[in-house]
Amino acid sequence: MNPERDHFRQPLKRTPFHDRFVQLSTTEEWMAWNTYKVARIVDKLSTEYFAVRSGCAVMDLTPMEKYRISGADARAYLDRLVIRDISSLRPGRVTYVVWCNDDGKVIDDGTLFQLGDNEYRLCSQHHQLDWLLMSALGFDVCIEVETHDVAALAVQGPTSYSVLAAAGIRELENLKPFDIAALRCGEVPVTVSRTGYTGDLGYELWMESARALEVWDAIFALRGQYDIHGMGLSALEMVRIEAGFIMPGFDFNTAEATIRAGYDRSPYEVGLGWIIDLDKGHFTGRAALRAESSRPPRRRMTRLVVDGNKPAGHAFVYAGRNGKLCGEIKCATWSPILKANIALADIEYMHGRLPPKLSAKIDYQRELKWHTAWADCQPQSKPFYSPAHRSLTPPPRF
Amino acid sequence: MIERSDAIVIGAGHNGLVCAAYLARAGSNVLCFEATGAAGGMSAPHTLGEHYRFPGLAHVAYPVGASIRQDLDLDRFGYAPGPAADTVALAGDRRHLVIGRDGVSGPGLPEADAAAYRQFRGRYLAFAAALRPIFENKPPRLKDMDFRDKTNLAKLGWKLRFGLGREAMYEFLRVAAINIYDVLNDTFDDERLKGAIAADAVLGSAMGPRTPGTVLTWLQRLYGELEGPLALQTDDESQLVNALRQSAEDAGVTIRLDAPVERVLVDDGRATGVRLSNGETFEAATVISNADPRTTFLDLVGAPLLDTMFANRVTQIRGAGVVAKLYLALNGKPDFPELPDAQLGQRLLVAPSMKYVEHAFNHSKYRKYSERPVLDIVIPSLHNPALAPDGHHVMSVNVAFAPYALEGGWEPQKEAFADRVVSLLGEYCDNLDSLIAKRELLTPRDIERRFGVAQGHWHHGDLGIHQSFMMRPVHGAAQYDTPVQGLFLCGAGCHPGGGLTGLPGRNAAKRVLEVGGAV
Repeated sequence: MNPERDHFRQPLKRTPFHDRFVQLSTTEEWMAWNTYKVARIVDKLSTEYFAVRSGCAVMDLTPMEKYRISGADARAYLDRLVIRDISSLRPGRVTYVVWCNDDGKVIDDGTLFQLGDNEYRLCSQHHQLDWLLMSALGFDVCIEVETHDVAALAVQGPTSYSVLAAAGIRELENLKPFDIAALRCGEVPVTVSRTGYTGDLGYELWMESARALEVWDAIFALRGQYDIHGMGLSALEMVRIEAGFIMPGFDFNTAEATIRAGYDRSPYEVGLGWIIDLDKGHFTGRAALRAESSRPPRRRMTRLVVDGNKPAGHAFVYAGRNGKLCGEIKCATWSPILKANIALADIEYMHGRLPPKLSAKIDYQRELKWHTAWADCQPQSKPFYSPAHRSLTPPPRF
Repeated sequence: MIERSDAIVIGAGHNGLVCAAYLARAGSNVLCFEATGAAGGMSAPHTLGEHYRFPGLAHVAYPVGASIRQDLDLDRFGYAPGPAADTVALAGDRRHLVIGRDGVSGPGLPEADAAAYRQFRGRYLAFAAALRPIFENKPPRLKDMDFRDKTNLAKLGWKLRFGLGREAMYEFLRVAAINIYDVLNDTFDDERLKGAIAADAVLGSAMGPRTPGTVLTWLQRLYGELEGPLALQTDDESQLVNALRQSAEDAGVTIRLDAPVERVLVDDGRATGVRLSNGETFEAATVISNADPRTTFLDLVGAPLLDTMFANRVTQIRGAGVVAKLYLALNGKPDFPELPDAQLGQRLLVAPSMKYVEHAFNHSKYRKYSERPVLDIVIPSLHNPALAPDGHHVMSVNVAFAPYALEGGWEPQKEAFADRVVSLLGEYCDNLDSLIAKRELLTPRDIERRFGVAQGHWHHGDLGIHQSFMMRPVHGAAQYDTPVQGLFLCGAGCHPGGGLTGLPGRNAAKRVLEVGGAV
C-alpha cells in the first residue's frame, strides 16, 4: 500500500494497540475517534463497566489530541490560554484546564501535564492546533502535535494499581492523584500519570508507539491473576456520567463549532465556574466571564437523579410535570453500581435560580411502540460516584 | 516622580492633535507624545537638503470640516485651506483634460461626457452628503445599539430615502458596494476622464478600479469636498498642523516631541499610562492612540494582554501601503508642453485610462512595482516661491503602486524605481532630466520607519468595505474604545478613515467623553 496514493482504502487509522483489540473483540463494534478506529464495545458492555468499577479496565487513549508546548514563554502562554490559575503547577504534576474564546465560551477542556521546566503536554478531546497557534501570537513558544507519535493507554479501576505494579512498573505507590512520573515497565520507558476519566482509581500510560505492545502484553499477561478487560467508549460514557464529568462537543456545543447564536456555553453554564480565576491576570475570555459573573445565572449543567429506570437520554425537562419547558437532558445512563437513573441536564434558571421542581418527559419504546412518561428529577450537587479508594495514596492493594 | 494627567494621546498626527484639543477643551489635562521631532505625522512638511521644502505625504487635502474648525477655533490660529486645485489629467498625446469643480474641459472631450460629468458630480456629492450622519459619529453597533446609534441610523435612512429621493436612493444602493470601473464605463466615454476619477477612487488603498467597493472609496474621498475644494498644501509649515497644535496648546495640551511611546501600561485589563522608550512612565486613566491599530495593539499593548480572536483580527487588517512618495528638487521650472502656466500649478495626474490604473495595480498584487505607475503630482513652489531658492522649484509626486512587501526588498530596487518614475514623468515634462538637483523616494517601508505607521499605509488600513464603518479597524474596537479599558483609538485606522479630515480624532474625543473617560 502506497500511503500517498492508497490512504482512502483505510480511512481510519489504526492505533498501535489495534491488533490486540481485534483479538479481544467479540462484537466487532468499532467507531471513529479523531481519525482512529477504536472499540465502542469490545466484548460486553456490563463486563467492561464492572471492570472499571470492581476490577481493571484498559482503554486505548492514543487518539486523544496531544500537544507538546515548550519555549521560554510556555508558562505565560498557557496562563493566557486557560481560565484556571496554573501558578501552582510544577514539573511532575497535571491539572485539569478549560479554555474559552473571546466571548468566554468553552472551546474545549483537557489535561495539562508539566513535564519539565518549560515543557508541557496538553491533551484534549478535539483538534486544537488552530486555536493553540492563534493564541501563540506574541509569545516565544513552540507547539508540536504529538498525537500520532505517543501511544496512550488508560488503565482504570480499583485493581489498576496492583495490576500495574505486578506488570513491573515500580515506584507507583507514592504517585498521588494528578502526579506524573517517568517510570519503566520492564525495559520500556513509560510516563505514568495518575489521571483518568472514570472517577475511579486509575492511571494513564504514555509511551513511544514502537514499544507500546510490550506494555500491553505485560499487563494482559496478568489476566489469570486479575480481572482485566479491554474497554470501549460505551462503558467510558457510563462511568464518566457517574463521575459527573462533562464532555465538550457532546453535552454542549463547543464555541468554535457553534454557528447559531446562544448555542455555545460558558464555563459557568456547564458547571465549571469553580475553575475560573478572574483575578489571575489576563486570559482569553476574561472580560466576558467577568461580566457574566456579575449577572444572575441563566442556565447551568445540572446533575439529576431521575426517578424510575427508563433511559432518560435527550428527554426534555420541565419545571414540574406539565410545567414550563426549562431544559434538556444531555447525557444519561443507568448506573449499575448506584442502582439509579442518572443524567446531566442543561437547565435554564428561572429568576436566577434552579426551578424548584424538575420533571423529565421521557419518550421510550415498548416493543417498537413509543410511549411517554413523566419522571421527577432530583438535582445533585456532588458527583454521583466518588469512591474513597480513588484518591488514597498508596492505593489499596488487591 | 511619575507624572499624572487625565489623558495621554500617543502621536501628534493631525487626528491626535484634534482629539487632544477636544479633550482639553472639555476640561481634561492632556499630555501628547510624538515620536518624531515634529507634530503633524504624515502631514508634517518635508525638507530635502537645506533649501528645499515640501508638503507632507498629503500634498493636497480637503478643508477640515466646519465643525472642527469652529470647535477648535482653528481660523483664529491661522488655519486657511490652501489654494484650490483643479485636477489636470495628463494625456500622452498632450491633449490634457482639466477636471474642476464646475466641470471638465479639454480638447477632444465628447460633449455628452461634459454634461454627464456635471450630473455625476452632483449625484455623488449628494450620496456623500447622505453619509454625513454616519461619518460624523461613532459607527453604530449592530448588536446592543445605544440610543445614539439608533438615531444615527434613522438619520441615515431618512437622508437616503427623503434626502436623495426614491430613484437616487435606489441608485445609491446599487452602486455603494460595486466597483468604480463599471460605474464609470456606464457614465462616460472619455478614457482620460475615467482614468482620472478611477485613480482618485483607489489612490492610497491596495485596490484597482475593478476592485469591489471602489465606489465607496471614491465617496469617502468626495466626502471631503462637502467642506470645500481640494486644496494644495503650499506653506512652509503646514497651516493645519500649526493651527491644531496652537489650538491644542492654547487649551492646555502639553505636546512632547521626540518622545516615542514604547508601551501602553495595562493593569488588570485597564490602561494606566504609557512608558516612553527612554524609560519614563506617565500615568493616566485614559490613553488614546493616534498610532495605527496594528502598532497600537500588537506593539504598544501586546497580543498577550488581548484576547486571542481579537489579536488575530488585528493581524488580519488589510493595510500594506502601496503608495511611494518622490520628492524632486528642481533647479528650474518644469516644462509640460501644451500645459498653460495656470494649469501647471494645479494637481497633475498621470492615469490616462482605467486600464492603465488597473495594470499599474496588477503588478502590486504580485509584490512587484508598477512598470508604469499612476502619478499624482504637485509643484507647490509655483504658489509659494519660498519653498525653494530663487528660480528653483519643488515637485512632490505620489506614486502608485509601490507595494510595501516588494519582492526582493526595496533597498536594492529603490533607485531603479525612482528612475522609472522620473523617466515616466519625462514623457510629459520635456526638461525634467536636466532640472533635477536632488531627489528622494519614500517607499512604504520608509514611510513605516519615518512615521511609525505599520506597513506604511496612508490610511492606517485599506478603506475597503470590509474595513469600514463598524468594521473599522476591526470588530471590537470600531467605536474608538477597545478591549483594554481606558484605551481608545483616534487615528485614520478608525472610522471614517484616512485623509486630513480630523474626523476620527473628533469622534474619538466625543466617545472618550461619552463613556466618562479623561475628566
